[in-house]
Parts: sequence; C-alpha cells; structure tokens
Amino acid sequence: MIIDNLWYVVFIFLTVGFISAFIRLAKGPHLPDRIISLDLISVMAIGFFAAYAVLYDQPSFMDVSIILAIITFLGTVAFAYYLERRVK
Amino acid sequence: MSEYLILAFLLLGSFLVMVAGIGLLRMPDLFLRMSATAKAGTLGTGLMVLGAAIFFDEFSIYTRAIALIVFLFSTAPVAAHMLGRAAYFDGVPLWKGTIRNDLWGHYQLSTHSLEEEIVSPTDLPAPDNAADADETKE
Repeated sequence: MIIDNLWYVVFIFLTVGFISAFIRLAKGPHLPDRIISLDLISVMAIGFFAAYAVLYDQPSFMDVSIILAIITFLGTVAFAYYLERRVK
Repeated sequence: MSEYLILAFLLLGSFLVMVAGIGLLRMPDLFLRMSATAKAGTLGTGLMVLGAAIFFDEFSIYTRAIALIVFLFSTAPVAAHMLGRAAYFDGVPLWKGTIRNDLWGHYQLSTHSLEEEIVSPTDLPAPDNAADADETKE
C-alpha cells in the first residue's frame, strides 16, 4: 500500500526537477544557461522514460532512452561548437 | 525484495535529478549551475535506468541499460567541458564570490589556444569585478 503510493513520489520528484529546469530555460540570463537547462531536461527525460517503462511495464521505452541519450549528446556538442565560434 | 531494490534505485535517482533541477535554478553562476547538473543529473539518471533494468530482469534490457549508462557516463563530462569552455570564451560573468580564476588572460581569443603567459588581459573581464551583470542578490 505504501509501496503503491511511493511509485508516484518518483514522478513528483521528476516534475519538480522539470519545472525548475524550465524556469531556468525561460529566464536564463545568457545563452549557455539555456543550453545547460535544455541538456538537463533531456537527461531528465531519459530517466522519466525509464520510470514510465517501469510503471506501465513496457520495455520498449528503454530504446527511446538510448536514442534520446545519443541525440542529447550530439545536440549539446553542436551548441557548444557554434557558441564558441559565434561572432558577437 | 527485488521490488524494494527497484523502488530504492528509482527514488534515489529521481531525488538526485530533482536536486540537479533545483541546483540549476538556485545557483548564482553558470559554472556552478553546470557543476550541479552534470554530476547529480547524470548519476540520478543512471540510477533510474539501473532500477528499470532490475525491474525487467531480461538479458536484452540489461544490455541496453548497461550500454546507456556507459554512454551517458562517458559523454556527459565531454559535453559539460565543451560547454564550459565555450561559455568562458563567450565571456559569461563569474559569481562575485569567486576567489580564483586561473584561466584569466591565458586564452588567446583570436586563435582559441591556451598560452603559458598572460596574452590578452584586456579582452576578458577582470577577476575582481566580473560578476556585476548576473543575479547574485539572493
């Protein structure tokens, strides 16, 4: 009984993290702040898919996590590359 | 027994992810924010993926989870380092409580190379008054 309700604490924690990252994404004073908040949102989404796969017993969501990890890394590296070569 | 282990992994992982999000919101400086997200977020996500792998308990899911964890733990420091380097070149102000800035003046801004002597002291903000533009009042 306690166990059944504790599953939802996982999603409450994840929701608080998502909201904090979105607030930083909206008000970040510089461009790198927004980039790291997008990076953290993607990393949180990987964990969210893992928790969702456990909650609904769907092992296919683990594939989504792998794809998302690869795309997140490439996106952050591309952002950093063009940020470093930006002409102000 | 296994259910408690899965729940412990998922709770600890999601708690660390929440700590990373709150640290991203509350830290006063880009580099401090990056230290919160790169470490706590990666470890929390790795724990959650490990909990999901223990829940399914199949060989294919274990393979995917281990591949994901190894990939995540090897690429997150690379991405954070590249982004921190680019942000330092971009001139992001440091927190006003910063007491050391060893890189100050050592980057050649035209060629993006690291030099031994101080090469460009006028292009970068001085380490003392670097943080007037950021929100450091809280």
